Amino acid sequence: MGSKKKVPGIPSSSLADIAFLLLIFFLVSTTMDVDSGLERKLPPMPPEEQEDTPPIKERNVFVVLVNAKNQLLVEGELTRVEDLRDKAKNFMANPDDDATLPEKKMVDVPYFGEVPVTKGIISLRNDVGTQYKMYIAVQNELVGAINDLREDLSKQKFGRSFNSLNLEHKKAIQEIYPSRISEAEPKRVGDK
Amino acid sequence: MSKFRKDDSKELPEVSTASLPDIVFMLLFFFMSTTTMREVTLNVKIALPQATELSKLEKKSLVSYIYVGTPQPQFQKMFGTEPRIQLNDQFAEVSDIPDFITSERQAHNEAEVPQMITSLKVDEYTKMGIVTDIKQELRKISALHINYSSRKRVK
Repeated sequence: MGSKKKVPGIPSSSLADIAFLLLIFFLVSTTMDVDSGLERKLPPMPPEEQEDTPPIKERNVFVVLVNAKNQLLVEGELTRVEDLRDKAKNFMANPDDDATLPEKKMVDVPYFGEVPVTKGIISLRNDVGTQYKMYIAVQNELVGAINDLREDLSKQKFGRSFNSLNLEHKKAIQEIYPSRISEAEPKRVGDK
Repeated sequence: MSKFRKDDSKELPEVSTASLPDIVFMLLFFFMSTTTMREVTLNVKIALPQATELSKLEKKSLVSYIYVGTPQPQFQKMFGTEPRIQLNDQFAEVSDIPDFITSERQAHNEAEVPQMITSLKVDEYTKMGIVTDIKQELRKISALHINYSSRKRVK
């Protein structure tokens, strides 16, 4: 009985098949989508007993109203969403120092020195019945207007895109063009 | 000349498939590491609105999702066809949102809480009423950093 029996090796030819099976499972179940969206900060809840805030001059407020029929009223004028961005940019920048557009205050900003900074505030008010799609479109244009202004200033001053700037440069530009979009509580007019 | 040709009827050797499993395993590991499993099954139908000024959600573990949309057909008998809120795997009311945010916060490190973002995935045909209610609840519990989830607009 001295015969040496060789243990047969486990066949590994099916290894590839098994790996393929797993691979296909992961291929099918994988979702590569990157979540993206409009980033906003909500204002904190006002304290219980609030002192009256000083009134804001009318020329400093950019009133945007959206009604239940998804129509847009900007500063008392019926406007299309496509035109909103230019109007908002003109309001925030006020290039010609128009007396009907917001006032400016001289502020000492690092890297820029004394520069006029707008006191403008964008006030957005929607109706309860406004469609979410329209709301996002309006928000998008308003955020876009401020982003465009920052981008222009960044190109002009640093010769680079705003997103590629370092944190301090970004902060300086954000100080000149602050993102001041205030949202009023909606009116309950066009419910349902 | 025929000195070098020893064997005229030489067949081409077959391509070795021994390395095939290795290649497949490499692919497999790539997909395994990049994959993110869908955590919730959507009970509501959501078509996201389109926008251009998008920013990406960087740290997925710090994001809590609130879904709003019309219930899927199989739930419409129970929940109707009006837009509803979904938190985790079930339908919820606006008043459930503070509890949801609190439990999300407890699942994280205290230092990470200020960086947490709430992502609103809302169907584009939803009326603003329900969205405003959600925003008010988020303000009350001071979860102020939000993200309106939307798709990139194709021009």
